[in-house]
Amino acid sequence: MGVLDRTVPAAEPVAEAPSLVTRLHGWVVTVDHKRLGIMYIVSGILFLLVAGSMATTIRLQLVVPNNHLVPPQVFNRLMTMHGTTMIFLVAIPILFGFGNYLIPLMLGARDLAFPRLNAFGFWLFLFGALLLYFSYLAGDGLSGAGSAPDVGWFAYAPLTERPFSRGSSTDYWILGIALAGIGTTATAINLLATAASMRCRGMTLGRMPLFVWLMLTSSAQLLIALPPLTAAQVMLLLDRFLGAHFFDTQAGGSAVLWQHFFWLFGHPEVYVLVLPAFGIASEIIPVFSRKPIFGYPVMVAASVGIGLISISVWAHHMFAVGMSPAANSFFIASSFMVAVPTGIKIFNWLATMWGGKIRFTTPMLFCIAFLFQFLCAGLTGVMLAVAPFNWQLTDSYFVVAHFHYVIVGAIVFNIFAGIYYWFPKMTGRMMSERLGRWHFWLMVIGFNLTFGPQHIAGMLGMPRRIYTYEAGRGWEIWNQLSTLGALFQAAAILVFAWNAIVSLRRGAVAGNDPWDAWTLEWSTTSPPPEYNFATLPEVRSRRPLWDLKHPDDPDGPYE
Amino acid sequence: MKLMRPMVIPPFGEEATLARLPCLAWFVGLRRARRLPPPLTPCTEHANGDHVHGASIFAPAGAPADAIQTLSLFVLAITGIIFVIVGGLMVYCLVRYRRRSDDDGREPPQVYGSNPVELAWTVVPIIIVFVLTTTAIRSTYEIQAAPPPPDSLQVRVVGHQWWWEFQYPALGVITANELHIPVSDPAHPTPTYLTLESADVAHSFWVPRLAGKTDVIPNRRNIMWLAPAQSGTYVGQCAEFCGTQHAKMLLRVVVHPADDFARWVQAQRQPAARNPGAEAGRQVFEATACVSCHAVRGTGASGTFGPDLTHLMSRETIGAGAAQNDLANLRDWVEDPNRLKPGVLMPAMQLTQPQLDQVVSYLASLR
Amino acid sequence: MSEDSDTSDTWTLPYRGRAGMVGLLFTETSFFAIFVVAYLYYVGKSTSGPKPAEVLLLPTPILASIALLSSSWTIVLAMRALRADATGRFARWWLVTFLLGASFLLLTAREWVRLIGHDGLTIATNLFGTTFYTLVGLHALHVTVGLTLIALVFVLTLRGYVDVRHAERTEMLSWYWHFVDGVWVIVFLTVYVVGR
Repeated sequence: MGVLDRTVPAAEPVAEAPSLVTRLHGWVVTVDHKRLGIMYIVSGILFLLVAGSMATTIRLQLVVPNNHLVPPQVFNRLMTMHGTTMIFLVAIPILFGFGNYLIPLMLGARDLAFPRLNAFGFWLFLFGALLLYFSYLAGDGLSGAGSAPDVGWFAYAPLTERPFSRGSSTDYWILGIALAGIGTTATAINLLATAASMRCRGMTLGRMPLFVWLMLTSSAQLLIALPPLTAAQVMLLLDRFLGAHFFDTQAGGSAVLWQHFFWLFGHPEVYVLVLPAFGIASEIIPVFSRKPIFGYPVMVAASVGIGLISISVWAHHMFAVGMSPAANSFFIASSFMVAVPTGIKIFNWLATMWGGKIRFTTPMLFCIAFLFQFLCAGLTGVMLAVAPFNWQLTDSYFVVAHFHYVIVGAIVFNIFAGIYYWFPKMTGRMMSERLGRWHFWLMVIGFNLTFGPQHIAGMLGMPRRIYTYEAGRGWEIWNQLSTLGALFQAAAILVFAWNAIVSLRRGAVAGNDPWDAWTLEWSTTSPPPEYNFATLPEVRSRRPLWDLKHPDDPDGPYE
Repeated sequence: MKLMRPMVIPPFGEEATLARLPCLAWFVGLRRARRLPPPLTPCTEHANGDHVHGASIFAPAGAPADAIQTLSLFVLAITGIIFVIVGGLMVYCLVRYRRRSDDDGREPPQVYGSNPVELAWTVVPIIIVFVLTTTAIRSTYEIQAAPPPPDSLQVRVVGHQWWWEFQYPALGVITANELHIPVSDPAHPTPTYLTLESADVAHSFWVPRLAGKTDVIPNRRNIMWLAPAQSGTYVGQCAEFCGTQHAKMLLRVVVHPADDFARWVQAQRQPAARNPGAEAGRQVFEATACVSCHAVRGTGASGTFGPDLTHLMSRETIGAGAAQNDLANLRDWVEDPNRLKPGVLMPAMQLTQPQLDQVVSYLASLR
Repeated sequence: MSEDSDTSDTWTLPYRGRAGMVGLLFTETSFFAIFVVAYLYYVGKSTSGPKPAEVLLLPTPILASIALLSSSWTIVLAMRALRADATGRFARWWLVTFLLGASFLLLTAREWVRLIGHDGLTIATNLFGTTFYTLVGLHALHVTVGLTLIALVFVLTLRGYVDVRHAERTEMLSWYWHFVDGVWVIVFLTVYVVGR
């Protein structure tokens, strides 16, 4: 098999470099999964900077009691837009952007199954995102009482109904997110169809990289979980514009129904986000431990299991709503059930590193921090699954701490790991290890300093989504530490942005396979040509490049 | 009820903070605000000797908070042990299996899995999960399915944007923002049962030292119970985002010894005190739109949109905890509530200064 | 078609259009399910206004169901014709499918005119009105999209652009149509049987 030996000869040099307009035009009309993947990731990072500044403002407002940095109306918009942006416009695009970029390469294909649908999905997502932000300018509506949405990212009814939410701000929330969601749905269908019908020869489902498995599970979950949100949003829109009564409690409608629909989406959504993050870790940890992933079949089974079980746990967000003890018990049981495969994965990663030769490169550092932080997040999740304990902890800063340990501690850290790991493949240049370490340590310190103390503030009775608090409740020190951590995180992000920009220009040339890795994307050039592979590969194991590098000891017989 | 004033000068408060962090003060936009509610320092003496503590869920003052704490400590212990073991293994692994500087460059043994190991670390978590699940379910039933004893006090709680209404149907008392209930002897429990309803959007009733939170949802009736074992004042606040002033929808639960509670009920049942010196103010109150929202029993005012003011001065705070209930704050509030609670639904009443003085002295007479 | 599937008969993967359509129908199922759940949840909970048993008359929806479900059969006949490269027969059955689908929409429209004009039931009247128009309307919207695509294929067939090579692709549209019909069975049972 001489796929790696043969390269397509470089094209004849162009007479003159294409103009900026031509190059931009190329990006705008592209259907190339690699370019669209990069566009998703870059958009996500830009929104990360925006939502991160919102978070910093929130932390500055809360650093001392009775603060007047921002009035309550502005604070409520900040916290709504921070949450909405981070979930829908940062995490989803970056993770699906990675999926977009990597899946065809990892499967030995030339592009996704539906390249034009891919482009459509991206531009629809971007349109929805900009529509949401347009609310800052135009949310006033006809009654002059709007601006950006301020109802919280979960937009509970009936606060979102016309009488309690004047102006058009809620309408922008609905439309922006619904449109972005349709774009993401299109991408999810695309990824699943690609894995079904475009794997290269020999790439059975059991030989796909774990990242692909996790991305597919995430996509399938999204197909089940996003429609409840879109449906609920359609219902809310009908309530607000056509006088329907879905969530109109004055006419017999049910506020709890919104919560059920929302969390039917909301819980699987967080697994939609965390599974690709797990996938990134499952690619990076083996390479930098110099061992294959421990227990691939169980990892696949656990991932799919998590995907399925997570659809049955939604009402653990609603333990305080007043459901019957029987209903509460069901959700206690299902929430604990999902903890088992999740815990197993941590052990598998640990066993992958065990007995290996661990190299502490920047991507690996972020993955290691992820392991510790996700362990914390999982354990605080176990606490929250115990309904009576949940009755104290829910809607307090304890929950804020828990989910930030998942979303930042697990997901964002893995995103950074993935960026450091695949940046060389995408751009042909290595990121700076020195700046990477600064980024890492500032981020670890800042992140834990911000969200660790919030567990305590929550246990001392501090509720969520409050723009200020009285002195003397014992919350001051925890808020001060939390804000200090935010400043560290802001510095970390700036270092990262600087690293990315500088490395694009002056990073060391990467070559095809700078990390000595084993999956197919490392078999082609960095960056890959538009057609990905000169000849489509044929694989005989889960680690095709291991087989090539160790022809005397291939993986196949051991799997 | 006398006005309760703290006798300890609070160590926290805006002035104190400003004094400590002058450089930070400008940066974070601190401005001086006036006469905020007395900061709840850990041990503030009240005139009647009760103590006001913080709101820690680990300082329960009765049922069901104590049962929740017991369960929580059990869960914390188990998760703590798991954290130490798994975290310890991770640290050990990172140290033991790091690549040494004198590494020979060969790949380590490639291990693909191990059935016995994987079985073990599946079975053990399943056992732990089983124990925690059954414990949690049992506790859930014990708390939620507890049947109300026949002589328990029934209180109807109505959540509003952004204040709490408390009705005692059997006792003929309606009040706001402060829930007064009798203490409950653990040997012979006399719990208070709360019916939770909302007049507008979703809220949540949370007093951490007494019980877990229960949501207050329109078009839905939720029920919870409190059986505090120690008298005192316990602070809580709304725990479901309900709009602009969600942050200042505080509530206080004042737990009385039994005979003390009876005295409180008696005092609250009385119609509004008639003070001849406050006649002018009463007339202003009844002539302007105040009566369309507020009720003062014994007069013509019977509005239900805003808090019942019959015994306004028996309460510690105004604006559901937005400010201490004293004359200066009361004046500020009536003149323009937005100053103390921006976005509040009560409008500024556009009274002249003399009218304002009269109304405030009328309100101050509603003991 | 994936370029791999024709290099050897030992490595064939599903047609990507099939995988894509399965994904779409999967997500649409989840979407419709939520509206069905909302409908069932609110049965009997309207606080005022017309009740289902008072205003829902069976003849029109039964007739509409016959039309729509028959169109599922005629589209099967059309697909058989196309796979046999009998484009004339395909075009005829395809047209019949369109007409049956269109009559479903017309009958639905007639029912709505009666409900709104005569019985005073609108989406804002009560919970029944809200859930009825939303669920039936959402389904009708999907029928409309299907009919538009069917019409497009019909026009292309008349111009001579469609033959046996497009059978697999056209079959994906027929799968969508079957899905729409299947959803109607659920909607009919929910609205006219259980909810009445």
